Amino acid sequence: MSGFTEELAGALALIFSGDAALWAVVGLSLQVSLSAVLIAAAIGMPLGASLAVFRFPGRGAVQVLVDTLMGLPPVVIGLMVYVILSRSGPLGVLNLLYTPTAMIIAQVILVTPIIAALTRQAVAASHEEYGEQLASFGLSPRAALATLIWEARPAIITALLAGFGRAVAEVGAVMIVGGNIAHVTRVMTTTIALETSKGNLALALALGVILLVLALGVTLAVRLLQGGPQDTRAIS
Amino acid sequence: MTRLRADNLSWSQGGRQILDQVSLSFAGLGPIFIIGPNGAGKSVLLRMLHGLLQPDSGAVLVDDRPLNMAARRAQAMVFQKPVMLRRSVQANLDFALNVAGRPASEAATWLEAAGLQDKVHQPAKSLSGGEAQRLAVARALAIGPKTLFLDEPTSALDPAATAHIEGLIARAVQDGVQVIMISHDIGQVRRLAQEVVMLHQGRVLETGPADVLMGAAERGETRAFVNGDLLV
Repeated sequence: MSGFTEELAGALALIFSGDAALWAVVGLSLQVSLSAVLIAAAIGMPLGASLAVFRFPGRGAVQVLVDTLMGLPPVVIGLMVYVILSRSGPLGVLNLLYTPTAMIIAQVILVTPIIAALTRQAVAASHEEYGEQLASFGLSPRAALATLIWEARPAIITALLAGFGRAVAEVGAVMIVGGNIAHVTRVMTTTIALETSKGNLALALALGVILLVLALGVTLAVRLLQGGPQDTRAIS
Repeated sequence: MTRLRADNLSWSQGGRQILDQVSLSFAGLGPIFIIGPNGAGKSVLLRMLHGLLQPDSGAVLVDDRPLNMAARRAQAMVFQKPVMLRRSVQANLDFALNVAGRPASEAATWLEAAGLQDKVHQPAKSLSGGEAQRLAVARALAIGPKTLFLDEPTSALDPAATAHIEGLIARAVQDGVQVIMISHDIGQVRRLAQEVVMLHQGRVLETGPADVLMGAAERGETRAFVNGDLLV
């Protein structure tokens, strides 16, 4: 027990002393995951909104694809991206393997279906509520789309936060395509895995604490956007 | 004045005929009331006249031309449950004015008409049912429609809120807006209607001036409905 206390004290010391190596890892993690969420949002939000509002040939197939990708294990995504970016792969000439860009690509593939599916759900509800009114204003479905997305903004921000939570906590895919190279592609999750195996629990725990705080922040933000905790008082 | 015509409209859903060869002509400003029991096809007819639903067969004609987007933009509709955008009272009016290409300065007039001058910055979704419906009617009128459709706008409101809405409707007719409205409130029909259309089981049973139809309807079903008997 005292060993754990010591490790935890060491972890907190690392966090609060502003340890450069630790915060560099945190910085790269945030850079990779925020970039991935931004790109995934640019693809997933219009895709999800279109699936909610428009009827077009192949819509069912796209929905199945989105749902399938959402359930795909991250390591499989990592493997797919690895094969595509490896020297003999179709995009090998770009020399992206073992770079933060490769990690962003993997996380985009991981997060886009989540954002698309949650946006579809949010915009479908928005369409149900406002669709007829917007059509009554003389707006075409295409013109109404921006308003429908705007009206669904609390749920869509929740989708973005869920996507960020998924991206920043991911380990398998970024390990495969990033290679966990120190100062280059080493992010929080891969560092935790490595440092734990090396027995350097203080650094692993420090990153674990930061990830937990991030997860807590995302959860609180989602709850705040959804209207705060439910009132559980009994009806008297 | 807009001449709105329903030409042989039919529409079915799930194997059930909701509208069955409905032909009607709306020439005056009204208010024209569409009455009839639940399931008569009133809301479907109203949505079809506004272009929100397409008939299986038949056509809606405005001034003898098929209802197109330009004609639809000269119409507005108020729904039974007011649909408030997730923004302030003022922004709800601004949205409608912007869509209709009208100056934002006109919002003040409609805020006053709705009696919501002191709630300008309040989120529209936090308004009471009556306030929200007042805003919905004012927002619809702000577009400057030639025809205003209202689908049971006061069915969930108390007498004071109903009186305010009825005042807005009467003022709209005075301003030259054609009003076509659904109501189950026979008292309201008596207070406001100029013309009445009785719909039953997807067909037009009877149509005519309100004073005639509400007093001495030809059809037994209409008399029963107007008398408040339970017509099923």
